[in-house]
Amino acid sequence: MENIKRSLLSGDEAIARGAWEAGCKVASAYPGTPSTQILENLVNYKEVYCEWSTNEKVALEVALGAALAGVRSLCAMKHVGLNVAADPLFSSAYIGVRGGLVIVTADDPGLHSSQNEQDNRYYGMFAKIPVLTPSDSQEAKDFTKLAFELSEKYDVPVILRITTRIAHSKTIVALDERKEVEDKGYTKDITKTNLLPQFARGRHVSLEERMKKLEEYGNTASVNKIIDGKKNFGVIADGVAYEYAREVFPKASFLKLGMVWPFPKELVKKFAQGKKHLYVIEEVDPFLEMLIKSLGIKVIGKDKLPLVEELNPRIVRNSLTEKKTTFTPETGLPSRPPALCPGCPHAGLFYLLQRKDVIIAGDIGCYTLGSYPPHNTMDTCVCMGGSITLAHGIEKALHNGKRVVSIIGDSTFFHMGMPGLVNAVYNKGNQILIIVDNRTTGMTGHQDHPGTGKTLMGEKTKELDCAEVTKACGIDKVHVIDPYKIKENRNLFRQILSEPGPTVIVSRQPCALLVPRKAVKKVDSEKCNGCKLCMSLGCPAMSFVDGKVVINTAFCVGCAMCAELCAREAIV
Amino acid sequence: MKSKITNVVTCGVGGQGVLLFTDVLADVAVSAGMDVKKSEVHGMAQRGGSVISQLRFGEHVFSPLIEETTADFIVGFEKLETLRYLHFLSEKGKVIVDSLEIAPMPVLTGASEYPKDIMERIKTRAKNVYIIDAFNKAVELGESRTQNVIMLGALSRFLKFPFELYKTAIEKNIKAKFVELNIKAFEIGKKLARK
Repeated sequence: MENIKRSLLSGDEAIARGAWEAGCKVASAYPGTPSTQILENLVNYKEVYCEWSTNEKVALEVALGAALAGVRSLCAMKHVGLNVAADPLFSSAYIGVRGGLVIVTADDPGLHSSQNEQDNRYYGMFAKIPVLTPSDSQEAKDFTKLAFELSEKYDVPVILRITTRIAHSKTIVALDERKEVEDKGYTKDITKTNLLPQFARGRHVSLEERMKKLEEYGNTASVNKIIDGKKNFGVIADGVAYEYAREVFPKASFLKLGMVWPFPKELVKKFAQGKKHLYVIEEVDPFLEMLIKSLGIKVIGKDKLPLVEELNPRIVRNSLTEKKTTFTPETGLPSRPPALCPGCPHAGLFYLLQRKDVIIAGDIGCYTLGSYPPHNTMDTCVCMGGSITLAHGIEKALHNGKRVVSIIGDSTFFHMGMPGLVNAVYNKGNQILIIVDNRTTGMTGHQDHPGTGKTLMGEKTKELDCAEVTKACGIDKVHVIDPYKIKENRNLFRQILSEPGPTVIVSRQPCALLVPRKAVKKVDSEKCNGCKLCMSLGCPAMSFVDGKVVINTAFCVGCAMCAELCAREAIV
Repeated sequence: MKSKITNVVTCGVGGQGVLLFTDVLADVAVSAGMDVKKSEVHGMAQRGGSVISQLRFGEHVFSPLIEETTADFIVGFEKLETLRYLHFLSEKGKVIVDSLEIAPMPVLTGASEYPKDIMERIKTRAKNVYIIDAFNKAVELGESRTQNVIMLGALSRFLKFPFELYKTAIEKNIKAKFVELNIKAFEIGKKLARK
C-alpha cells in the first residue's frame, strides 16, 4: 500500500491524469470555466498531443477524427460548449470510434461563471451516448480510464459529466503509471464513418443495440454501486450530490450511480424493493427522478429539493429532514461583484462608449463585466459569438436611426464571431463591431488562440490578425486603436458614428495582467477638485475619500488612463 | 464514534491569494496523513470579486462544501468579506481577520457605503476574534502578496501540524525565489495571532 503515490488533485487535474494513464494520444478543447484546467494539465504530459481548438464543435471533430484514426482521444468543454458541439455529438454516436473517445462536459450548477445551469446528462439520453458522473477526483480519474475502455468495447463515444464542485474541488487521488495502448490504425469503411442516409440507417440500428448492451453492463458493473445501510431507507444519488447525501444521511442505504445513462433499470428496481422511504438526490434537473418514476417507483426528489442552483449539505438537510440548520447571514452589506482589473484596456474603451446613445450587443469574456456600473455598456449577453448576430437582427428591426454596436473579444471572434460578421456584410448590415483584442483568452486565465501566434503546446505558429480577417470578410472601414489613448479615440468615435457602416474597430492592447507594472500614479490632493471624472473609468485601484480621489498603490499598475483624463493634471 | 473534521473557511477579494493559502494548508493536511477536500470557484468570480475557499480535513471527508454554522475557523483577508461569510462560523469557532479595507465597486461608484462598524459586528457575533494586521506587515516586509502566508502563520498557532510540513508545502506551492521571504512571512504571522 505504501508504494501507491497519492496526490491532492482537482477534478480537472485528475481527468488529465486519467487520460494520460489510459494512453490518450490526442486531446482538444476550447477554454471554458470550469473545464479549462483539463487541457492545461494534460499538455504537461509529453505523450499527448494537445490543442486549443477554435471552438467546441471543432474540438469534438478533431478528437473524433483522431479516434477514427485509431488512437485514444479526449475533448473537453464547458456545458454550453456542448451545445456548440451538438452537431458532431449526435453523429459521433452513430459512427462510433476505433480508438476510445471521451467527451468531458463541465456543467456549472450555481452559475459561478456561466450563462445558464443546463444539465448535460440529458445529452446522453438525447444523443444516445453513455454518461459517467464522478463524485470526487479519484472517480474523475478512474471514470476517465473506464470511459476509454467502454468507448472501445461498445464502439461509442462516452460523455464524462462533471460539475464545478468536481472540476475545482481537490480531493486525494491514488496515482498509477501510463499504460500505452496500441494504435488501431486507420481503415477505410464508409458504412461506418460516412453518414449518408443509406449508411446512417444501419448505424442507427447498431447504436440501439450498443446502448442495450451498455444498459445490461450498467445493471451489474461496479460503476454503479449499492452501499448497504438501513434496510427501509434508500437514497439514489450521483455526482457531488452523492457526497452531500452521505454527509446528511450517514446511515441510509445508497445506490450510487456512476453511469446514469443508459439508465440501469433493473438495478434501480432491485434497490428500490422494500424501501419504505426512497429519496433521489441530484443537482438541477430531475433527470434520475424522471427515469425512476417511469418505472412506477415512488421516490421523493424535486418536490422537496430545489430545481435551481447547486446543492450543498445544508440544502439537502433542510429540504429533506426535520433537523434543520438555521443561520442568519449579515444583511445590507455592499455586494462585491467581479470587476475589470486595474489597468484593464477595456476600461478606456467603455469610458467612451458609456457616453454614447447606442445599443450595445455584448458577448462572452472579461469585457462582459462592462455590463456593471459605472460602465453599463452591454445590453445583451447571450452566447459565444452572439454579439455581431444579435446586433444585426436588432438593426434590421429598428428604424429609429439609433446605431447598433457589437462588442466581442479576440478569442471569441475566432470562436464563433466570424460567420456572424460574414453574414452582416453579406446582408448589408450597418453595425459598428468592436473587437476588444487583448491578445489572449482573458476570463479563463490566459490561453492562446489563433491571434496570439502560439499553440497550447508552446510552439510558434501563424499569427492571425483579426483586423486583417475582418477585411477579408468584406469590411472596408477597419480602425485599429489603442484603448489607452482616450482623447484620440474620442474624436474617432464621433467620426465613425456619423458615417454609415459596417465598421470595425479593433481595440488592441494586451491584458493588463500580462504586462509588467509601470510606475504607480499618485493624486496631488492640492490640485484634485473632486470632479470624479477619472472615477468613471471604474478602476478598482481608485477610491474617493473626503472629497478627493485616492489611488491605492498596492493595486495601481500605472496604465495612466486616469492621468490622461484629469483636466487639472492632478494625477502624476 | 464520529470522527472530528476540521472546517476552514477562507475568504477575501479576488487577487489576494486566498486560493494559494488553502492550497498550502491542504498540502499540509495531506502530508499529515489526513483525508482532505477543498473547494472554490475560478473564472469570473476571481476578477476582483468576493472569493471563498473551503477546506475540510479529518479521517474521512464526504462533502467538499462546509455547512453553515460548522466552520472551526474563518480566515478573512478583508473585513467586509469576513463579515459576509461569518454565518459559516460554529459557536466555538475562531475568526482570524485582517483589518484591511478594500472598497468594492458599488462603494467606489457611490451606490453604497462601506460599513463603518464591521469589526464591532464581527465581535458581536463571534467569541474568538483575532485581528491581524497582515497586509500592512506584508507591505513592511516588502511584498504585499505575502499577506496570505502571514495569515497562514497566524492560523498555524491553532492547528497541530509541525512547522516542517508548512515549510515543505510552501516550497511546493511558491516559486523558489520567494520561498525564503514567505517563510519569514509565516514566522511573522505566528507571532501576530493574539486576541
